[in-house]
Amino acid sequence: MTTRMFGEPIQRREDPRLLAGRGRYLDDLGHGALAAAFVRSPHAHARVLDIDVTDALDVDGLVAIYTYEDLPERVADPLPLLIPHPALTHGRTGYPLANGIVRHVGEPVAMVVATDPYVAEDIVDLIQVNFEPLPAVVGIENAVRAERLVHDDVPGNVGAHLVQEVGDAPLAVDTAPHRLEFRLDIERSASTPLEGRGVYARPDASDGSIRVYSSTQTSTSVRFAIAAKLGLPATKVEVIAPDVGGGFGVKIVHPWPEEILVSWAARVLGREVKWAEDRREHFVSSAHERGQVQFVRVGFDDEGRVLGLDVRFLHDHGAYTPYGIIVPIITSTQLLGPYKVGAYRAEFTSLYTNTVIVTPYRGAGRPQGVFCMERTMDRIAEHLGRDRAEVRSANFIQPHEFPYDQGLVFQDGRPLIYDSGNYPEALEKVKEMIGWDEFPGRQEKAAAQGRRLGIGLACYVEGTGVGPYEGGHVQVDSAGRVHVSTGLTSQGQGHGTVFAQIVAEELGVPIDAVEVTTGDTRRFSYAVGTFASRAAVLSGNAIALACRRLREKALRIAGEALEADPGDLEIVDGIVRVVGNPRTAIPLRTVAVLANPLRYAFDEEAVRATQFARSSGDDGPPVPEDDEPGLEGRDYYSPVRSTFASGMHAAVVEVDPDTAEVRILRYAVVHDCGRMINPTIVEGQVHGGVAQGIAGALYERMAYDESGQLLNASFMDFLMPYATEIPRITTGHLETPSPLNPLGIKGAGEAGVIPVSAVIASAIEDAEGIRIARMPISPDELFWLRRRAETGEVERTGVVKSDRAP
Amino acid sequence: MRVRLRVNGAERQVDVEPRVTLLDALREVIGLTGTKKGCDRGECGACTVHVNGRRIDACMTLAVMHEGDEITTIEGLDHPVQRAFLEHDAFQCGFCTPGQLMSAAACLAEGHTGSDAEIREWMSGNTCRCAAYPHIVAAVREVAGRA
Repeated sequence: MTTRMFGEPIQRREDPRLLAGRGRYLDDLGHGALAAAFVRSPHAHARVLDIDVTDALDVDGLVAIYTYEDLPERVADPLPLLIPHPALTHGRTGYPLANGIVRHVGEPVAMVVATDPYVAEDIVDLIQVNFEPLPAVVGIENAVRAERLVHDDVPGNVGAHLVQEVGDAPLAVDTAPHRLEFRLDIERSASTPLEGRGVYARPDASDGSIRVYSSTQTSTSVRFAIAAKLGLPATKVEVIAPDVGGGFGVKIVHPWPEEILVSWAARVLGREVKWAEDRREHFVSSAHERGQVQFVRVGFDDEGRVLGLDVRFLHDHGAYTPYGIIVPIITSTQLLGPYKVGAYRAEFTSLYTNTVIVTPYRGAGRPQGVFCMERTMDRIAEHLGRDRAEVRSANFIQPHEFPYDQGLVFQDGRPLIYDSGNYPEALEKVKEMIGWDEFPGRQEKAAAQGRRLGIGLACYVEGTGVGPYEGGHVQVDSAGRVHVSTGLTSQGQGHGTVFAQIVAEELGVPIDAVEVTTGDTRRFSYAVGTFASRAAVLSGNAIALACRRLREKALRIAGEALEADPGDLEIVDGIVRVVGNPRTAIPLRTVAVLANPLRYAFDEEAVRATQFARSSGDDGPPVPEDDEPGLEGRDYYSPVRSTFASGMHAAVVEVDPDTAEVRILRYAVVHDCGRMINPTIVEGQVHGGVAQGIAGALYERMAYDESGQLLNASFMDFLMPYATEIPRITTGHLETPSPLNPLGIKGAGEAGVIPVSAVIASAIEDAEGIRIARMPISPDELFWLRRRAETGEVERTGVVKSDRAP
Repeated sequence: MRVRLRVNGAERQVDVEPRVTLLDALREVIGLTGTKKGCDRGECGACTVHVNGRRIDACMTLAVMHEGDEITTIEGLDHPVQRAFLEHDAFQCGFCTPGQLMSAAACLAEGHTGSDAEIREWMSGNTCRCAAYPHIVAAVREVAGRA
């Protein structure tokens, strides 16, 4: 048998190139292209009265300056609202360049094209824009107060309002033996990939086509968007995602104004044009996420079982809603995690503010939902004086209860039905890994030495592999090389490795013979994109299905050549052979030649293949009616609904009694993404997610002032974790296969980030004995929380007010 | 202004405005795009190169300040830590990797590898948003001989 490939921790195949500085990221392309730069709004809310370019006109190297007035129809239209929803009654999108009004700092107002980026930026500084500042709406509380409006025609700043419920939650809460009511806050953060956005457009005047490179998570959709905006047939537009230096969600938004404008300008000018975003631009003109205020009411019994959960939350979606209300929908549906609650009601209001748009950032609304549910579990445990793990356990959906229908509608519009999982086993495992049961002794011992230790735990369920589809194409050439393509893009997830592992396993070929291309519309036209932990599930299965088609064809052709029954054949190391008689064999590369009746002897293989040419006597056409020339397979995978991965994290933290600094001493992860294709890559994804989770718990926030200026728009002021902040992470895997897809896999990309804020809050609370209801938490904030706890302004844990129903 | 640099062992004459950073001279004028621009203000370390054997952020220095200097970029690096990065899965998207490798090679040469904590501290000028940090530390540790 061929060496097993699926499930093996093999080294990534894309790496040698990247290690030698031979990566080809957006800004590495287009040497000598014209450079675009943007005049952006310095105001959070203002009318654009006048744009004066006089001073810029004499600059050597200026090629063009464009404002809204210069844009032709279609390009000048508002940007598309990608994901409409009936509850999004007041969806609004911006224009590629400001049309008389700006609604956040960083909104593009004018585009400059010049001979090089230095000159383009000089010119940007010389363009005078006369703004009439308007009052800005910043922060959820100001948005909901609605004394000022972000959009004149959106009353109350409310873009969307949605209620989902199962049972009568308010009644269940009111009649439960115990009740709690509290508020939680989560601040804004952002993807901030190390490579910003970027676009490079190459028009071809000879045939009127254009090739666009974009640092995107969806090249196929960027292609259709550019074609529509430029009035071109899609066949005249190629979009390629080159190496992409991280995405984490922000690059799924499309079309960005710059993708349209750079492509349009390149065609108008008949020149190559490139724009590479700078760091400050990324902070103020791409997208952020998180940002919710939650009001929780929960009713439960003596065992801690949740009888009713009633959550109302406010979501800040920034100035526009190009990506709809996916984030709050995910929060409200994924909040339930691995638990079955008696009755549930989630109501959200999604609000406009004069800040950067809010679109999915790794986790996409789940960290907020999990923070809500897990803080609730901790509050219940505290209230009942029970172990936090025990309360969770009392609420778990049990392994025999799958498929489990939560009774809600998920982000894909399909019923929220969990396909599989094993939550009790995961809990046992994570407790063991972190030393849960022994911890109280450890905590006490540390306390005797004046050290404050705390332990925390959180669970989550993640809907992954969201549809509607992805496709895969696999082709074997006459040299025996296997060319694989899928339309979605890669930003470091190791697709070139895991997809090759699937192909090597399915086809029985050496992995070194497999070459994978992603995100190139020249190779694959129809795709959705890389987000929602969907690449492995969607493209992985599509590629497997394509391989199975190819394999069937290969065995049929080989069977004819070898005069054997295809059912008796196997493929091992790229050779088709008779099972039990390996000397009756034909290489796959030769089968590839046989698959094409046109056999010019371009290479040795074609010459050799003639010995297998079918004898005449067959009157049919050389390519039979139900056949195609060539040895290739194409297929699509379209899931009926998402598959649900799960996991549990636990951490031990130490809090400095004087400085309130939080140090993570131990961090344990149990992760279940079904069958793993490559455990090394899964572990890397988990590490990355946990790091971004720690960032969201302890460091990262968007510091907007009341006038809508982002005060920390640099890597100096926006605190990201470095090597010094990330602890050793112990990872344990469970593999509960998904029954929904042929490979039994679930997504893994976002998982790591989801429960971290909840874990750290739980652990800090345990160490400090002070309620933690807001994330992130800085040492400064924790210091003042302590002070306020001393004066009684902030609740200490363990202080239980009687809430037993009369 | 004309400036003479020795880049990866080869003599390079470049003609740049005084304001052009070493990073832009390497990428845009000489055409060595392996060195990356993550923030252009010395905050992320993606542009780390060696100048006369010392690691620096190429975005924080002007090309004209380096007349006659010996500059090594990722394209000129041949170091065991590259293999160690591969074996330890020490990166994902690869964008910070040239800077991480240049920094790791220097960190090893400086001998700041006595413990994991020391490695973390002396590699803390290089941001990895994919957060491959645990594996980066493991790769450096291995090359330092403390595997």
